[in-house]
Amino acid sequence: MTQAPRRIKVLLGKPGLDGHDQGAKVVARAMMDAGFEVIYTGLRQTPEQIARIALEEDVDVISLSSMAGSHIPFCRKLKPLLEANGLTDKLWVIGGNLPAQDHEALRELGFKGIFPSGSKLDAITEFIRKEVK
Amino acid sequence: MNAPQKPTMKKVINESGIEVKPLYTAADVEASGGMEMVGEPGAYPFTRGIHREMYRKQPWTMRQYAGFGNPADTNQRFKYLIANGQTGLNVAFDLPTQIGLDSDDPLAEGEIGRVGMSIDTLRDFEIAFDGIDLKKITVSLTINGAAAILIAMYLAMAEKRGYDIKELRGTAQNDILKEFIGRGTWIFPVEPSIRLVGDTIEYCAKEAPKYTPVSVCGYHIRESGATPAQEIAYAFCIAKAYADDAIRRGLPVDEFAGRLSYNFNIFGNIFEQVCKFRAGRGLWAKIMKEEYGAEKPGSMWLRMIAAGGGGGLTFEQPEVNIVRGAYYALISALSGTQTMALCSYDEAYTIPTEYSARISLRTMQLLIEEMGLTETVDPLAGSFYVETMTNEMRKKMEEIMAEVDAQGGIVKMVADGTIQAKVSSQAYQMQRKIESGEFRKVGVNCYRNEQEEDHPVEFHPYNEDDARLQIESLKRIRAERDNKAVDAALTRLRKDAAAGTNVMPALVEAVKAYASVGEMTKELVNVFGRYQEPIRF
Repeated sequence: MTQAPRRIKVLLGKPGLDGHDQGAKVVARAMMDAGFEVIYTGLRQTPEQIARIALEEDVDVISLSSMAGSHIPFCRKLKPLLEANGLTDKLWVIGGNLPAQDHEALRELGFKGIFPSGSKLDAITEFIRKEVK
Repeated sequence: MNAPQKPTMKKVINESGIEVKPLYTAADVEASGGMEMVGEPGAYPFTRGIHREMYRKQPWTMRQYAGFGNPADTNQRFKYLIANGQTGLNVAFDLPTQIGLDSDDPLAEGEIGRVGMSIDTLRDFEIAFDGIDLKKITVSLTINGAAAILIAMYLAMAEKRGYDIKELRGTAQNDILKEFIGRGTWIFPVEPSIRLVGDTIEYCAKEAPKYTPVSVCGYHIRESGATPAQEIAYAFCIAKAYADDAIRRGLPVDEFAGRLSYNFNIFGNIFEQVCKFRAGRGLWAKIMKEEYGAEKPGSMWLRMIAAGGGGGLTFEQPEVNIVRGAYYALISALSGTQTMALCSYDEAYTIPTEYSARISLRTMQLLIEEMGLTETVDPLAGSFYVETMTNEMRKKMEEIMAEVDAQGGIVKMVADGTIQAKVSSQAYQMQRKIESGEFRKVGVNCYRNEQEEDHPVEFHPYNEDDARLQIESLKRIRAERDNKAVDAALTRLRKDAAAGTNVMPALVEAVKAYASVGEMTKELVNVFGRYQEPIRF
């Protein structure tokens, strides 16, 4: 008998103070339709909260939706927390209003998937499916 | 013999769910309810406009959304916009200010001055509006969770500068119910949040009768996924919730209803939007007159800003957004709005630069100066299509409002997350339709550039120094102010909040003593608690 593949479990967080969550909720629905289990945090998560939920929920993917420009300072704080909690083997993904000039910095901060505004929903879910082993 | 093949014509349903026919005649107008609700501009039911002469007398106010960095940076931008012909201000606050945090709060780090200007105390308002004539330029504050505090601050600032508060005009957004649906700058739970809106309405009705304490926003509900008909219907349900609160306090409807205003969105099908506004005007007048017994015409007016269009602009080929913006401005003008603002072409990327803000301003000025949009009131009236669609949109709005009532009312549906889940599900379906090409977006799912060019967008720089300066300034004020007076005012604020007394007098006292936004918010949180977001899909 073959074992059913484990459902991919994704944390989808809204970092910082911004309340624009239409995009995050749309992506959450796309992930659910793709068969993932989605833990959506709701608004105003601190780096500490995101790291804690990722650890407690034992997710495969840590994804963030950022619309108001504070992604770099936020991810700088988040990275050491994720490292300290042994979450470096998880897939880190970020989407939202992310100017091209920041993509390299985000990659260096450990974000393997970067999905700026205009990204297709299927591109996000396919990327996650491919990257999560 | 086979019957001759008829050419197939695709059925067209607008976003609000109403079928659009290829041809309209007088029979369609008749079948949809006739011309009964059309009337004359400036007279009940105001479908054609709230004033008789409309733009002949005075063109719409141009009020671009602006603010960033510290108050001095924003003051400069305000002056730039005014020098370029802008006739009102629409103030953007940073997120810490919007959710009641001081600049030195650890949670504010990295967010100070980023999406709007940073305000901690009255001193910041003094700087931000320095040299601006508040009689000539009316100011709209885009503030919600912390609105009661910022309204108190604005009134105190104006009073200090010698303006008569009884004559002071201006607007605060102060629509907290829509913040729970979209935009998300809530602080307190739903019930005390509505009470705070009521406190501002009651206080302004007595102390600042020409000030508009609330601008109910269909705008952000539409951005969150609502259809145009839902946008208006939900906004009316929300406005009624505030009006009901005011009436429970014993305020006669004609003492406050004239100071309610609206903020609506302008992207989408041109005719659907224009009919949306015409229908909305008639419906609001009817509601105020028939349900609330309003007698003054002003109480029945749907005064509005028709604005933005952010949800229609695209990340792809951003320069095409200039053209979209021009059509959106045309929609606003044809709709008979009182105030107009446009999202700039680069807003899918960044805070507008002076250059892009000026293009938006020029777009609106073109309509006034070159295109003849101010010459004749409600120029689309009498069109078979427009009158039929106006009737049908109004019916649709009434149906949606009845559904909300049947499901327990807007306050309950917002508190339990029903509305949020509904609009976000619609947003998801729309995104899928855009990605499949079923709902066309130029540059996104058709007419894409083979190779996306380097976008001609200049990023607004974020100045880390602004945050440091803002924190230093706050610390200086804390050291210099009379802290005994601050403590006394904050104690009064806490007591009044707990006792159910209107908190506005205590807020005005605290603001004048240079209490900070964060300090005042903390006192209110101690009494009211914090909102817990219902997560529903």
